Amino acid sequence: MEKKNDKLFIIIAGLVIGVIAAALAFAGNPKNMGFCIACFLRDTAGGLGLHKAPPVQYIRPEIIGIVIGAFVAAFAKKEFGSKGGSAPMTRFVLGFFAMVGCLMFLGCPFRMILRLAGGDLNAVFGLVGFVAGIFCGIFFLKNGYSLKRTYTLTKSEGYWMVILEAVTFVLLIARPAFIAFSEEGPGSMHAAIALSLGAGLIVGVLAQRTRLCMVGGTRDLVLFKETRLMLGFIAILVAALVTNLVLGGFKLGMVEQPIAHTDGLWNALGMLLVGFACVLLGGCPLRQLVMSGEGNADSAVTVLGLIVGAAFCHNFGLASSPEGPTPAGKIAVIIGIVVVAGIGVLNTYLKADTAEPARDAA
Amino acid sequence: MLDARGESCPIPVIMTKKLMASKEDYYEVMVDAGAPLENVTRFAESQGYKVEAEAKGGDYLLKISK
Repeated sequence: MEKKNDKLFIIIAGLVIGVIAAALAFAGNPKNMGFCIACFLRDTAGGLGLHKAPPVQYIRPEIIGIVIGAFVAAFAKKEFGSKGGSAPMTRFVLGFFAMVGCLMFLGCPFRMILRLAGGDLNAVFGLVGFVAGIFCGIFFLKNGYSLKRTYTLTKSEGYWMVILEAVTFVLLIARPAFIAFSEEGPGSMHAAIALSLGAGLIVGVLAQRTRLCMVGGTRDLVLFKETRLMLGFIAILVAALVTNLVLGGFKLGMVEQPIAHTDGLWNALGMLLVGFACVLLGGCPLRQLVMSGEGNADSAVTVLGLIVGAAFCHNFGLASSPEGPTPAGKIAVIIGIVVVAGIGVLNTYLKADTAEPARDAA
Repeated sequence: MLDARGESCPIPVIMTKKLMASKEDYYEVMVDAGAPLENVTRFAESQGYKVEAEAKGGDYLLKISK
């Protein structure tokens, strides 16, 4: 494979994604939130009535676009395939707690980059925790961690997430009475639907083709001295930073940053949980969305875990607000770190093979 | 032959790396299309090997040689 082109492609894709993500915040999305997989899944959960927090209810077309974009790209390149069966419930739990961590910090790894690019220094604490969490995951990977392999499933299995996204889009357009739309707060701030959808489609296609992954950057650099994904991460940061500087969206500091709090310890611990859980999952929330569009049912289950996690966070007061973390949220993050570490131990040291019945002698 | 099919990122690369610790001149690794195919190929090439990918159904057999 042409190594140089490989790296050039992910840098260009990262630059495009960074510009789009920063610019969306000027087209109506909340500040430093042109894209945020965690926030947008949370808003979508609210729009569908899975939680009742009035400021964060809106079916985000960006999410729909990412899944459909990834599906189209994978299909066109003959990479679409129905696969699954690699510890789906474990993945659900990892997705659930990854969301708990994201909503402690107030953003997924993608938004962490955008917050850094907006001058939000609280995100530096998030980044430190994130990298520490990735190292926790790497420890288990090096010692043989695996959720065991996926298998090819029936053809229809891989299409479900794409179908669900299409149905959700119909609900967004038709606006039936049971779909909630925030009238104030972050959920009420959004770009035009066509713009959001288009941005999601572009990001979905580019992320599918480049295998872009926010945890993959640090992970592959540490494990294999492989810089490709890190270049994508940095390209997004640089492009979003420049776009913010040009458009006037850069404000350096810690206090009164948009949709952020200043509790450094819990910003770090939240993202530690995210980094740790995502390494054990094999990819960040963005990558899980993309793989769900590629037909991976395990990633689809992970996305459901993220969505249910978001609903729990708002139904039980676990999510932080700009005023700071909640006591219940802190407890949930600690429980999450313990559970994720337990999953690491169980699937590294205590994974004695379950006997698989030999069905075909060949 | 190493069968790394179905494993999540970056486990196919870790498996290949462990395999290559024996420093032989030829290895065969089965991987899925997409990210694992690219990642294992990239890793083997970074270790100074040549890689030939042979399509096997939806999967790939990588012939990795010095």
